[in-house]
Amino acid sequence: MLKIENMTMRFGGVVAANKFNADIEKGQIVGLIGPNGAGKTTIFNVITGVYRPTEGKIIFNPGEEEQDITGLRPDEIAKLGICRTFQNIRLFKELSVLDNVFIGNHLRIESNVFSSILKFPNYRKEEKMMLEKSLYLLEKVGLKDEKDGKAHSLPYGKQRRLEIARALATEPKLLLLDEPAAGMNPQETRELMEFIKDIKDEFELTIFLIEHHMEVVMGICEEILVLDHGSLIAQGDPESIQTDSNVIEAYLGVE
Amino acid sequence: MGNQGLLQHLANGISLGSLYALIAIGYTMVYGILRLINFAHGDIFMLGIYITYYGILFTSIPWWIVFILASVLTGLIGLLLEKVAYRPLRESPRITILISAIGASFFLQNFGIVVFGGRPKAFPIPNVFNKVIKLGGVSISLITFIIPLVTLLLLLGLTYFITKTKTGMAMRALSKDYETASLMGIDINRIISITFFIGSFLAAVGGIMWGIRYPQLMPLMGVMPGLKCFIAAVIGGIGNITGAVLGGFILGLGEIMLIALLPKLTGYRDAFAFILLIVILLIKPTGLMGEKITEKV
Amino acid sequence: MKINNRFKKSLSMLIITIVVLFILNKVLDDYKLRVLNLCGIYIILGLSMNLINGFTGLFSLGHAGFMAIGAYTVAILTMPAPMKEMNFFMKPIVPFLANIEWSFFPALMMGGVMAGLFGFLIGAPVLRLTDDYLAIATLGFAEIIRVVFTNTQSITNGALGLKGIPASTNVWWSWGLALVTILFMTFLMEGSYGKAFNAIREDEIAARSMGINLFTHKVMSFTFGSFLAGVGGGLLAALLGTIDPNMFRIVLTFNILLIVVLGGLGSIKGSVVSAIIVTIAMEALRFLDESINLGFVKLEGVAGMRMVIFSIILMAVVIFRKEGLLKEN
Repeated sequence: MLKIENMTMRFGGVVAANKFNADIEKGQIVGLIGPNGAGKTTIFNVITGVYRPTEGKIIFNPGEEEQDITGLRPDEIAKLGICRTFQNIRLFKELSVLDNVFIGNHLRIESNVFSSILKFPNYRKEEKMMLEKSLYLLEKVGLKDEKDGKAHSLPYGKQRRLEIARALATEPKLLLLDEPAAGMNPQETRELMEFIKDIKDEFELTIFLIEHHMEVVMGICEEILVLDHGSLIAQGDPESIQTDSNVIEAYLGVE
Repeated sequence: MGNQGLLQHLANGISLGSLYALIAIGYTMVYGILRLINFAHGDIFMLGIYITYYGILFTSIPWWIVFILASVLTGLIGLLLEKVAYRPLRESPRITILISAIGASFFLQNFGIVVFGGRPKAFPIPNVFNKVIKLGGVSISLITFIIPLVTLLLLLGLTYFITKTKTGMAMRALSKDYETASLMGIDINRIISITFFIGSFLAAVGGIMWGIRYPQLMPLMGVMPGLKCFIAAVIGGIGNITGAVLGGFILGLGEIMLIALLPKLTGYRDAFAFILLIVILLIKPTGLMGEKITEKV
Repeated sequence: MKINNRFKKSLSMLIITIVVLFILNKVLDDYKLRVLNLCGIYIILGLSMNLINGFTGLFSLGHAGFMAIGAYTVAILTMPAPMKEMNFFMKPIVPFLANIEWSFFPALMMGGVMAGLFGFLIGAPVLRLTDDYLAIATLGFAEIIRVVFTNTQSITNGALGLKGIPASTNVWWSWGLALVTILFMTFLMEGSYGKAFNAIREDEIAARSMGINLFTHKVMSFTFGSFLAGVGGGLLAALLGTIDPNMFRIVLTFNILLIVVLGGLGSIKGSVVSAIIVTIAMEALRFLDESINLGFVKLEGVAGMRMVIFSIILMAVVIFRKEGLLKEN
């Protein structure tokens, strides 16, 4: 699904990512872990086009329909089917919960702006579909009752769920989750793990996630990449990572 | 045009450039720290000139003391402006503080109209400045020489202040990385107040020399120079003091040369700055000496 | 059903407005009618700026420039040839414009189109810039337009301005178009594209990560806004009968900004109400600038006092409502 080749990201003198390689297979749940400042979000930012890598390539759908997405704009990459959530939650705060998800549909809209103003039938039909989809996603994350409230009025945990719902609205093939379990208690964390597995199956997603909660990482990831100071120091399934000396040395298992 | 004409124009251009530079510094210092376009800066410049005007005409204080007092007073007004109009909004969305800046600018302009009257006044030029110097066959007024000299001295003083004093270094730290610097125990309010004071002081000095050079005073006289000097700061790289000076000179010389070489375009003189602005924003938005800022996501 | 209720409500508001306008049109004297027309025009102008600045979050200060384009287009297109000759006594008007005489509505639409076109051309390079740069760049363009208009004697009559513009604006035009604008804005903003504009205002980074092309949407918003500003400018020209480049200084943009800020950035209703209140207040407080003769005593007006008060109001609103200027629609 995604291949990162020798990607290096430099900011002035700082090397945030150093010859990073990764190969994410379709349908996998892959985890990215590492101490704080290791460069994990930077990698997400490069994949989604927020930064252009100093060196290296990002290839989407490697194989027959492959696409070099290095240097593409974030909105172009989203249209291709890669969407993300943010470490620090970036909801559209003053907009309603429903609108936040609704906007996730906009990138696929086919009617033009004049159809929307004049409320032509083709637009009305699309709008109805977008609305239904948004309501469905809200229900799925358990936020349907709060749909008319403002996004910033939601408690933290629900805001995270809203962000995921919004990302799902863009109909991604690859979903990047940046610390989805942050600030969650054990009960919520377990529900999140079930939720991630559920949406992966229902929407046929490939999931790449950054997490500090080892319970989540070890619990649902099939493969784990370990990052330290911008370099990949270990790679493998949960068991091998837990016993890898490099990983233990760098850091391990702070809940 | 001949060599004499060219010399004349060069002298004028350098003079005008110096004045623009002095005013542009105020914009760039404020922007560097607060990321705010102080729309009211041009009107502070105007206030400085008027204060000097009243100081000379209505008190018996010797003119050179008036110059100093007026500049200090203007500096304090700038400081006050920050306290009243900008400080309360430091945590607010950017557009809010920009609107306050515009409001402050309009307030000062109309305050000027109300208090000083809309009719043009003549700046009382001390006699010594009326001397004319003959150079290479051309007559150039003394003030045209004094302006770059004073500017140079002030710039040297400012550079020393910024690089060698603790306050100056704090200013630089704040403009490089506001968040980190504020965590380092720097008294932000004090530094920002000093920044506004210095910027407004320099604008007043520039204003006094402007008044000597172009003695017609009007309450709206700060609008155009204000806009142009912000543009000068942008051209040089906003946030960068050297850049502001460079931008000021480019603009001043460019404007004079434009009229000199293409007298038909004199009416478009003011548009020159704006056209330069658009060009720079399209080619190198960070300005001639600016650095690219990467956004943190 | 929800839709029917809204339709019923809007229809009744519309009918009430039409009746009120009809009555006012008959009853008010010329001066007050002028103010009424100005209210309608400023509704259009306020909404046009709100679209760009409030809903999409772009800090544009170029409004006066687009109004100028609209105003001059309408003036030149509707002015009969003999009147043009009288105006262009210093330098004759460019031949191809000399004999053109359009009727009001096409000229008005052309004014909007010209302004929108310039909005598109200016927007394309300039909208990639961040907030403050955008403010200065748009301000710069407005000034360039003004300077150009002041110098192109043979098209705009330069600093002399244009007099004798056919006074086509009446209450039905100004308020009719205001209502159309309100409808346009409402439908635009409740649709997907309007929501995308809001998303851009709320968080550009998140918006583009969700697939919204920032550039195309910003240009779209900017172009619509300039089109409406042009229409507003055209209506103004046909109301005042006289225009000159000096009318379109930054002050004009400031007045509209005041309206938008007071009504709430991002609130259609707010802009409408605010436009009416501010326009009336601007006129009513004119006495502050001029002298009042109360018969037994004459109070000296102080020129500029009006604007001093308005700028204080603007700053006060912004400073004391600092939690945010967005109002619920």
